[in-house]
Amino acid sequence: MMTKNNYMTQKLNELTIKEARVGLDNGNFTAVELTQACLARIKERNGDINAFITVCEKGALEEAERAQKLIKDGKQKALTGIPFAVKDAICTAGVRSTGSAKILDNYTPPFDATVIKKIREQGGVFLGKNNCDAFGHGASNENSMYGPVRNPHDLTKVAGGSSGGSAAAVADNMCLFAIGEDTGGSIRQPASFCGVVGLRPSYGRNSRYGIMPMASSYDTVGPMTKTVEDLAMVMTEIAGQDDRDATTVPDLVPDYLKELKKDLTGIKIGVPKEYFDVDGMDEEVRKITRKKIEELKKQGAKIVDVSLPYTKYALSVYYIIVPSEDSSNMGRLDGVRYGVREEEKNLYDLYAHSRSAGFPEEVKRRILIGTYALSAGYYDAYYKKAQQVRTLIRQDFDRVFGEVDALITPTSPFPAFGIGEKSADPMALYLADIMVSAAGCGGIPGLSIPAGNTKAGLPVGVQIMGPRMSEGLVMRLGHHLTK
Amino acid sequence: MHVINMSLSVEDVRKIAKLARLELSPMEEKRYAETISVVLDYMKILNEVDTTGVESTSQVTKLQNIMREDIPRDSLIRKELIAQMPKVKMEELIVPGVFNDDEE
Repeated sequence: MMTKNNYMTQKLNELTIKEARVGLDNGNFTAVELTQACLARIKERNGDINAFITVCEKGALEEAERAQKLIKDGKQKALTGIPFAVKDAICTAGVRSTGSAKILDNYTPPFDATVIKKIREQGGVFLGKNNCDAFGHGASNENSMYGPVRNPHDLTKVAGGSSGGSAAAVADNMCLFAIGEDTGGSIRQPASFCGVVGLRPSYGRNSRYGIMPMASSYDTVGPMTKTVEDLAMVMTEIAGQDDRDATTVPDLVPDYLKELKKDLTGIKIGVPKEYFDVDGMDEEVRKITRKKIEELKKQGAKIVDVSLPYTKYALSVYYIIVPSEDSSNMGRLDGVRYGVREEEKNLYDLYAHSRSAGFPEEVKRRILIGTYALSAGYYDAYYKKAQQVRTLIRQDFDRVFGEVDALITPTSPFPAFGIGEKSADPMALYLADIMVSAAGCGGIPGLSIPAGNTKAGLPVGVQIMGPRMSEGLVMRLGHHLTK
Repeated sequence: MHVINMSLSVEDVRKIAKLARLELSPMEEKRYAETISVVLDYMKILNEVDTTGVESTSQVTKLQNIMREDIPRDSLIRKELIAQMPKVKMEELIVPGVFNDDEE
């Protein structure tokens, strides 16, 4: 049992949610002290890491006081008094939400995204907004108009993207957990680069109301935490159907913590060979992943070699469908009703100047690719073709999940790369998504867990994927591999 | 049958940018033509897949016609929405005329 003395050697901001819950409920420290520890860490480190665009110091301390009162009255829930951070592409009531693009530099949403509302309603302490690739466009967090996020393990390296600020904030103990968004890897890849846990849930599991949309048929929102247990705690609180998001599914939300307790006997895990012969795959990543596969075997799981032959097309499908849907979603950002407007005498110039000044290079590139792919004469060759191949990728998953319960792969073919190393070559950056884009195509859950470090001290993540709505199983596997 | 093209000219970029309401400098046009051509070249790989008779995937949940009761409930507050508008006069949003602009 932890006593007050233990907490003096370990700083409060370094606690997991589970540990903090026990400490708060036992009165070992208060929600205000816990929040102050996170705010102090942010002050100390954010200048170097750039994980936060906006910090809500005053609001967070007020929320912490309210949370402490709930705890004192015995009215606390799972996340009462727990300090958390939110990706800036998610709307937060009364707090500036830029999406990391200047076109929304002054935008303060009058409402909370549903997942944020759920956390705040039970007294979660909202610390501030995390830097990200603008509107989720990127895999390195270098496409933010507020500067890149630096990896806490090595400040010369990227944090990954697009939810890079959220991953770095959790890894550096600036918050206890963060809420990110994953379209084709934006939670999992930065989680692997920064050494934290991140879940892309099944499409439709969590409400996306209030999430700035990127690719509507791919987008998901999920937690980033220090442990799988913490992830299960947050998922249990935020998942579920929402009548403000008609794509959410009616399936009941299980108590994911209970799911973690089951063992792995009889579970069949597939190792898809296509994920292990990727060009440029780092040998240390391969070795660390293999070690985790051995651990699964020791814990009673059966390991089966499987094949997903359409995997090699997933990235092309992703980079056609996503920019297409994206170019349409970005249409709402035009300087007319909200955000930053460049005043002009005629409407066309107002649109064009506001958009050109307010979007970074990569957002414009994706809008151009999408507009091209959807334009007359090219729709069939690009968009329709990609949607058809997407069907084949989904059928690959359907077939393989008839043979095995889940899949294990690396999350990224390589650990965090240098800031500026790939930014001149967009295709090289797109290739960073090679392990994570297929789950987006299939709408299936993918979990990244920290699996070890390279000799240079950079974290390596392993990905576990399962059939749609199998978050419980995926987290159970992740828990057994990290506990 | 349409097949995936390999490259994009500066002229193409200019045309798409106009459709997308983006204004690009000549330098940007050149850079986008080069970088997007590399991306399109990579996508050629899709030409090897036979998709004859394969259905398109436009969504993954199989949900259809999601209905809810049409009952009044709390919605966004007018004053807060107006506060986000870039240019307001007498509580109304001001924009340049739609039909009197001089777009070529």
